[in-house]
Amino acid sequence: MTLAPFGRRLAEVTAVERLGAYTVIMVVDPHQPEPGQFYMLATETGWGGGAGERPYLPRAFSHARAADGKLQFLFEDVGPGTHRLAAVERGESLWLTGPLGSGFGPPQGRALLVGGGIGVAPLVALSDDVDGPVLLGFRTALHAEAASLFPEQPKLVTDDGSMGRRGLVTELLREELDEDADATVFACGPPAMLEAVRALCAERDVPAQLALESGMACGFGACFGCVVPTRAGYIRVCVDGPVVEAAALETALVPGTGH
Amino acid sequence: MRGFDLSGLVLNGSGTFDAIAARRTFGDELLEQFPFDVFVSKTITAEPRQGNPPPRLWETPGGLINSIGLPNKGLDGFLAADLPQLAELPVPLCVSVMGFTRDELAKLVAAVDQREEVAMFELNVSCPNVETGLIMGADPSETARVMERVRPLTDKPVIVKLTPNATNPAEVAVAAEGAGADAVSLVNTLKGMAFRPGTSEPWLGAGTGGVSGPAVRAIALQQVAAVSKRAEIPVIGMGGIASGAGAQDFLAAGAECVAVGTESFRDPAAGSRIRRELRGLRPKLEVTYLERGTRSG
Repeated sequence: MTLAPFGRRLAEVTAVERLGAYTVIMVVDPHQPEPGQFYMLATETGWGGGAGERPYLPRAFSHARAADGKLQFLFEDVGPGTHRLAAVERGESLWLTGPLGSGFGPPQGRALLVGGGIGVAPLVALSDDVDGPVLLGFRTALHAEAASLFPEQPKLVTDDGSMGRRGLVTELLREELDEDADATVFACGPPAMLEAVRALCAERDVPAQLALESGMACGFGACFGCVVPTRAGYIRVCVDGPVVEAAALETALVPGTGH
Repeated sequence: MRGFDLSGLVLNGSGTFDAIAARRTFGDELLEQFPFDVFVSKTITAEPRQGNPPPRLWETPGGLINSIGLPNKGLDGFLAADLPQLAELPVPLCVSVMGFTRDELAKLVAAVDQREEVAMFELNVSCPNVETGLIMGADPSETARVMERVRPLTDKPVIVKLTPNATNPAEVAVAAEGAGADAVSLVNTLKGMAFRPGTSEPWLGAGTGGVSGPAVRAIALQQVAAVSKRAEIPVIGMGGIASGAGAQDFLAAGAECVAVGTESFRDPAAGSRIRRELRGLRPKLEVTYLERGTRSG
């Protein structure tokens, strides 16, 4: 795990692109994170005073790629924080703290990367380090444009069948495990998807590393707000995760997420 | 304060900065650039607590509501696992303690008092006394009884953390002072709640929580001014401080020093920044609100 420089810093936005339902940005930052780590982000200006007089706190995002002194992030406008971040323009700066938390560990057997929606971000970073099939699920073809971030064409399903097969990404995972179950699953996505992945991997006795999400105020263990229940009690997603072994969880469905 | 000068210092609010987790995140750079002049621990209780069920956070306009529920390792776990790590910090350590009975609190203070790594105590009295059902810090006589029980047990400075959820925090401060408190700190969080959008279901796992951040600053400032007017012991002011100018307002209201809480969530080094900004401003403040003799409401 890469340590973060102490404090937050300003990072200049050098590129902003629309990619289907998402906004992809690049910021300048010399610190090289590990896939699955994350950052707390806020815009330098205009952070606050949006819908419902928010945002106030920074928001947590895993980087989608880190190379040549630049970090890539993926935003989907779903609330006051992501609304402001997705509206960021080239030349603006973001407040950034990170890299935070612990990322993905090495695979046993082959790697299977399973992503859903905005959760594909840390898997893009991981796909630069490990080889293996990439299985993705999206709501629509518009969201599925994010598949182009991967170096090789992933296998795709969509909720509405507008691109790839209509169905759930766990159906693709089941087929892969039927073929060869000597694998480690790396997954990130909405809670219901992660729970389906966890349950399937438990049933097949396949190790899985799940990148969790939970609403958090700080990202560095200060607020104790982002806890999720595990078999060993509550853990803080920010410092004890965000990547956790699926076997440590009774469920990946956490109150307060996916809303 | 028993030979300890708080003047102009920047502390952290208890439970808003976990120096052990921060060191895991930022490494030894945290120690080299430690953001506070005194480190106040998370509140410890006699027995371990896992804390409240999630969700524990809700963002408000200019702040947040938390319902964390004081998760901690308990006295034994604190002494064995946390204290040796906190002793490595480059600043004096203040241990925040809470008991559900006066005996429990006394047991904590007596045990922690033995450790020379601990410079001072903060009593978190924002909890119900299970014997009386009263929130200890909401009632002057209850606060006095707590402080009287603790005072003979330690020669270290004892700060009483006042709750703003009291009819008259200044009366509570005076009671704490009369019973031997060396300082008071305020404000703790204000009670608040939120609903899951579009429903009548409380969002927070514990139903309600405490509001902090700039949203509470004006309220905190008034309470600090009112307490400073009545209490002779030093007042540690806090509540939504996010800049040197905000900190200066609390000194103007009569606080001896300030603490930074929620702003550290947004900016881990906020304590250092606020101290730097405050030092740039301080010569400009010639007289406090208290010294001005103006009526405070």
